[in-house]
Amino acid sequence: MAVLTMNFNSIFSLAIAAFVSLLTGCNEGNKLSLSERSIIYCSEGSPETFNPQLSTSGTTSDATAKQLYNSLIVYKGKSNTLGPSLAKSWHVTRDGKKITFYLRQDVSFHQTSYFTPTRLFNADDVLFSFNRILDKKHAFHHVSGNQYPFFQSVKFSELVEKVEKINDFTIRFILKRNDSSFLANLATDYAVILSEEYGQILQEKNAEHEIDIFPIGTGPFKLKDYRVGSLIRFYRHESYWQEKAKIEQLVYDISPSKTSRLTKLLAKECDVSSYPIAHAKIAERSDLQLESITSLNVGYFAFNTKKEPFNNKMVRQAISLAINKQALIETVYQGQAAWAKSILPETSWAYDKNTPELGYDPVRAKSLLEVAGYPQGFTMDIWAMPVQRAYNPNAVTMAKLIQADLKKIGVTVKIVSYEWSTFLRRLSQGEHQSFLLGWTADHPDPDNFFTPILSCSASELGNNRTFWCNKEYDQLLQKALKTTNMSKRKGYYAKAMAIINEEMPLLPIAHSKRFQARGTDVEGDILSNFGGISFYNAAKKTITNEAKSIVLPEIADKASN
Amino acid sequence: MLTFTLRRLSLFIFTMLVLTLLSFSLSFLFPGDTVINHSGQINASAAELAHLNQVYQMDKSIFYQYGAYLTHILNGDFGQSMASQSPISNEIIKLLPATIELSLVALLIAMLVGIPLGFIAAIRHNKTSDNVILSLAMLGYSIPVFWLGLLAILVFSIGLGWLPSAGQISLLFEIEFVTGIQFFDILLSDSPYKWQAFRDASAHMILPACVIALAPATIFIRLSRASMIDVLAASYIRAARAKGLSFQQIIFRHAIRNALIQIIRHVGLQFANLVTIAMVTEVIFSWPGIGRWLIDSIYQRDYTAIQSGLLVLSCFIFIVHILTDFIYAALNPLARGNKHGS
Repeated sequence: MAVLTMNFNSIFSLAIAAFVSLLTGCNEGNKLSLSERSIIYCSEGSPETFNPQLSTSGTTSDATAKQLYNSLIVYKGKSNTLGPSLAKSWHVTRDGKKITFYLRQDVSFHQTSYFTPTRLFNADDVLFSFNRILDKKHAFHHVSGNQYPFFQSVKFSELVEKVEKINDFTIRFILKRNDSSFLANLATDYAVILSEEYGQILQEKNAEHEIDIFPIGTGPFKLKDYRVGSLIRFYRHESYWQEKAKIEQLVYDISPSKTSRLTKLLAKECDVSSYPIAHAKIAERSDLQLESITSLNVGYFAFNTKKEPFNNKMVRQAISLAINKQALIETVYQGQAAWAKSILPETSWAYDKNTPELGYDPVRAKSLLEVAGYPQGFTMDIWAMPVQRAYNPNAVTMAKLIQADLKKIGVTVKIVSYEWSTFLRRLSQGEHQSFLLGWTADHPDPDNFFTPILSCSASELGNNRTFWCNKEYDQLLQKALKTTNMSKRKGYYAKAMAIINEEMPLLPIAHSKRFQARGTDVEGDILSNFGGISFYNAAKKTITNEAKSIVLPEIADKASN
Repeated sequence: MLTFTLRRLSLFIFTMLVLTLLSFSLSFLFPGDTVINHSGQINASAAELAHLNQVYQMDKSIFYQYGAYLTHILNGDFGQSMASQSPISNEIIKLLPATIELSLVALLIAMLVGIPLGFIAAIRHNKTSDNVILSLAMLGYSIPVFWLGLLAILVFSIGLGWLPSAGQISLLFEIEFVTGIQFFDILLSDSPYKWQAFRDASAHMILPACVIALAPATIFIRLSRASMIDVLAASYIRAARAKGLSFQQIIFRHAIRNALIQIIRHVGLQFANLVTIAMVTEVIFSWPGIGRWLIDSIYQRDYTAIQSGLLVLSCFIFIVHILTDFIYAALNPLARGNKHGS
């Protein structure tokens, strides 16, 4: 009997030993584990497509633009000035209608399981990428729904007369008129360069639609695997034209649920998480860090300047003076937004620090009302938008706070809210007195704030729901668009901002922030002020140069399979 | 043994017939067109619809319809998922192994923990350790699994950071799908990170498997305790003791073997219970198994998937039942003579 039990015991202990050695022993081989060379990003949704030309959704451009592609030019540095990318330099003629790009000659496209490039990047690729959008007869123009929302919104095809190939590495855009936001548009996430050679191969295979599903670009990462609703796997592009990305593998773990993103972040299953909740919890953990950037948007409170009593500038100023902006930011945005001094966020290069601001002064507000002829106050309505937007997470609460503020100066407020589409329709018909709304910029050019929100032409189209039309302001915007001299443009926009804050057709309230959480072992910038995130500079802290050279060949082999 | 096998086989066939009848009738009970519920082709054109009506023999009597439905199922055609529009059989083949793997590991844990504890309780009958084990079993049995799962994530994943909270394996590892059983696939793969992947997969397995194992383990405690008490009261044990065999000899040579036979009968029964618990747990731990898929299908009103998923799952549980019956019969010659199927 004893023998039998001994046997049991020894077998059992053997099995345990074997299991333990499985778990621990065999780990010595790789000095640097896979996780130290990779980053897992918990993203909030699946991309609609792998071609950012086709979509303006943030999720799509986060997953594609800066990972898979490059544009001709990019925004660089803190002041967001334009810098070279696939184009090493560019030249604008004096009339601003001809823009010539001189292209890099050392850029290679991704080599993947579905495409092997035989040539380097050249002018044909640029031609292909832009003609797809511009030329209705282009073989790829109608592929994937014929929708190029960003380019349609900036009226790209009306602006560009044609794109010319001068030689293999020189390309020229000929514009119908001078527009200084043109270069800004080319530097957005949407103006990416596709491979013309890949397009041809797909055409031969009669599989044109694959160009947006199996992407080929020049960016720092290439697509390895995509499972809808589950994950996107990128490998590093080994022959990237700049220095290679620091991580070898990038995985997007698609987790639409906010709580599961938080759990994965806390349990270290994600290195980086998009749009985290429970900011306080993340901030108190020493192994996690929370970061934010001010987005290019603005939430504002605006007046219908065509209606009594808001056709009087002094009334608008009085109301603005009576609103406690700080309280709004703390309550509605939970302090997670930047104070808006003007409609332009501080992160824009055209922002002017010296813009005058009215501030919060209920006493002066009261006296201004008296001067304007309303010593007893009046009754007004505020239209609060019924939906949640980044620039205004809760308009109804904001309206209630404003209601309380205005009560102090004797103004009675009625809060009005309709279903979203009705709300917008009635607003554009001008049925309102005042309203809470906001704007998110498509690209960082300052014009994208000034013209759509407050210009005369926008007031005719119904997009400018203040119906404020100021000739001087409009002239400033025109001048700013006609010049390419940055400091001159900045001057014009500073004057425009001053006019807004004097005339007060609207009171800018806040620029919301975009949040991201990451483990403290992840370094390098990921968020940028506008456009999608980029993992090009991201790395795990443990990576050393020595270890890099050891592990390189292995993954390179795998990647080429 | 032959009659025993035939008996089980006929039982299997008739149960399957009843099950398919049930799943067939679901197509009529669910809202919408019957043939679309059968096939899952919600975007079918008029021509496709006519074709479907023909292959499912919708113009003939209900018996022909059932026959056509049965033929489709026997050919492995469960229609396509209304939500993803991909064949359900493909989805099931991808997902079922993950559930089997999780359930088997959980069953193993439940047995390895539950049975010895039950034996100890029986041997120490009416003593403190018996009472402690019984109260723990009661406690464990009363804890709802969804609460336990969340608590386990809170403590072990978020609080202590020991174990991962979601999925089958870290997304960093690319393991090719061969058998669908993750551990086998890892061992079969030629990834240079095999052992890292194996470690990672084991770490992912621990929490969900333990959460699933808790309730069955408590049942195993009570089962094994009861059967051990029975065995210890039997006269052959008394005879052995009278012969002067040591306590260890009595327990290990005689008592355990005979007690185990009674427990094995119940393993099949417990397995059904375990799979139900596993479905909830899969949702909590984002385990890519058939349970989570089925619950998602319910949310998405994917009738074809619900219907076929239920059929496959119940078929699977029934097969496990029959297998344990065979094992029981192989171990216990008395059961083979049993004239009435149990």
